Amino acid sequence: MIAEDSVLLRIGLVKVVEMAGFEVVAEAGDAQELLAAVGEHRPDLAVVDVRMPPGFTDEGVRAALSIRRDRPGTAVLMLSQYVEERYAADLLATNTSGVGYLLKQRVADVEEFIEALRRVASGGTALDPQVVAQLLVRRASDPLERLTARERDVLALMAEGRSNAGIAAQLVVSESAVAKHINNILAKLDLPKADADHRRVLAVLQFLGVGGQGASALAPGHHHPAP
Amino acid sequence: MTVPPRLRRALVRMRRDIAFIAAGMTLHLLPLLLHFWVVMLLLGTVLDPDPDTPVVLAFTLPLLFVAGWGLTEPQRWRFRALCGVELPRLRFREIKRQFGYNLLIGPLLAVLEILLLALLLAAVAASLVLVWVWLVPSQWRRDHGGYAVPAGYLTAVGLPALAAVPPLAGGLVRLEILVGRAVLGVSRSDELARRVEDLTESRAGAVDAADAERRRIERDLHDGAQQRLVSLALNLGLAKATLTDLPPEAQQVIDAAHREAKDAIEELNNLVRGLHPAVLDELGLDAALSGLAARAPLPVRLRVDLPADLPADLPQRTAPAVEAVAYFVVSEALTNIAKHAREASRAEVTVTRLGEILRVVIADDGTGGADPSRGSGLRGLAQRVRSVDGTFRMSSPVGGPTMMSVELPCPM
Repeated sequence: MIAEDSVLLRIGLVKVVEMAGFEVVAEAGDAQELLAAVGEHRPDLAVVDVRMPPGFTDEGVRAALSIRRDRPGTAVLMLSQYVEERYAADLLATNTSGVGYLLKQRVADVEEFIEALRRVASGGTALDPQVVAQLLVRRASDPLERLTARERDVLALMAEGRSNAGIAAQLVVSESAVAKHINNILAKLDLPKADADHRRVLAVLQFLGVGGQGASALAPGHHHPAP
Repeated sequence: MTVPPRLRRALVRMRRDIAFIAAGMTLHLLPLLLHFWVVMLLLGTVLDPDPDTPVVLAFTLPLLFVAGWGLTEPQRWRFRALCGVELPRLRFREIKRQFGYNLLIGPLLAVLEILLLALLLAAVAASLVLVWVWLVPSQWRRDHGGYAVPAGYLTAVGLPALAAVPPLAGGLVRLEILVGRAVLGVSRSDELARRVEDLTESRAGAVDAADAERRRIERDLHDGAQQRLVSLALNLGLAKATLTDLPPEAQQVIDAAHREAKDAIEELNNLVRGLHPAVLDELGLDAALSGLAARAPLPVRLRVDLPADLPADLPQRTAPAVEAVAYFVVSEALTNIAKHAREASRAEVTVTRLGEILRVVIADDGTGGADPSRGSGLRGLAQRVRSVDGTFRMSSPVGGPTMMSVELPCPM
């Protein structure tokens, strides 16, 4: 299920999603069509553009939130020209599994994007590095100061939702080194140890103030600017 | 026959003055007649009581009142259209001055105007007596033999009188302008206050218009060029992923194009992001700033202490124009630090709101020596801060640290 108002981009997106081995059951050009199609086709995964007609503001976010509320089983991957931690917070407020929020341009790195698609579809998390950077900007104090630069890198990659193997590949180190870093981080931040990937992501995101009972998570629907 | 230019100018001026005076006379006569009517009625009640008089008075006095107020606008028109003098629009609470002009001074001026117009008519009639005397039945001329001599005298008196009309008319017009300005005009301080009001309003309009324009550009780029670039990069990425059997040269070309496209997206995003991000309108300043801080090429610590983000329609949220300026300040300052602050390893952005003042402080630990009077970036920044009555201070001693502090008024 793909919702994107730019026809050009929609065609490309369909290609990539099909390359990843998914079947596209419906396409939509705005939030209304998207919600109708989700109700009709019950897709496993919806790829949603944030700014869509009629208002070109945050229709996609609102649609995604209502999909998450009404059909928690549907994984949602939001794409946007710019990512905003506030929207990420809204999206992760209830549940971090099966959620993705990436910059639109990440689609161009086809292999990486496909990897993120699969991660979200299988109940994981995919947060754009820029979202994580924005979250870290707000938390540039307290226990984070105790982390080494390397540990901060690992923490950021964890927050993006990557697995140990993914982090290791990204930093070009061995998986055992990554595991060691992660243990240090969890200890320094007083986070519970968790084996399951997405439980760990949840803990990290909660620490950064989003997700689960996150402190700054705002009630959905708190902002509806006049179009 | 050509009219000499000096004469033509004199004639044009005289025509204008006479038109102004004639229009003034009609406007000034009306209250004069009303006065006259009221006086007659009052005299009538004293001398010869008539049961109808109070009724007529009850009708006439309101008429007088309406004239005292309603004639101001026609007078303003007369001054503006007939002699190019702009009188301010008077509010109803300045009614006393309007009554004074329309009901007291007006009738006095009417007398002068009537005298001048009468002089003009008499002078024209007298100086042309030898012309129009031929229109009189010939019998009269035969009965009044020797009429030519008095007619000659009349002409001799009429011509200088006619010549005296233009300067007199000019003098009367100047007098009227003096009186009009004194009574219906505004004092210097009132005028300045009004001017400041106007300028404040028009400046706010200009600031809003500029913001709207930035929003429009942001929107157009988002819906146009940026989507195309992403689509281009995506297609190149697809080509890279699927066309694996190409010769290595072709692969390299696709690779390079893919990288270029991604860089172009990045560059354009950064540029547009500095303009006016959509999130600024939707969620406000606090939410928009983290994106800026995260994009800066050096570690930035961001502390925002604002009343919680509220829907845009609630008064607690800072005015959009002020938010836009604050956002621009942070954006520009971080760009500056990245570009010029040598040795800066970190920056700190603090945004706080205290009562009606939004304070934005940006500090970096570079080597200092920044000079706001040099460099257009800082000047533009200071200008934009001033456009909403904000203050801009900068301290950048050589050796660092540099600190920029901006205070923006945001009335509740």
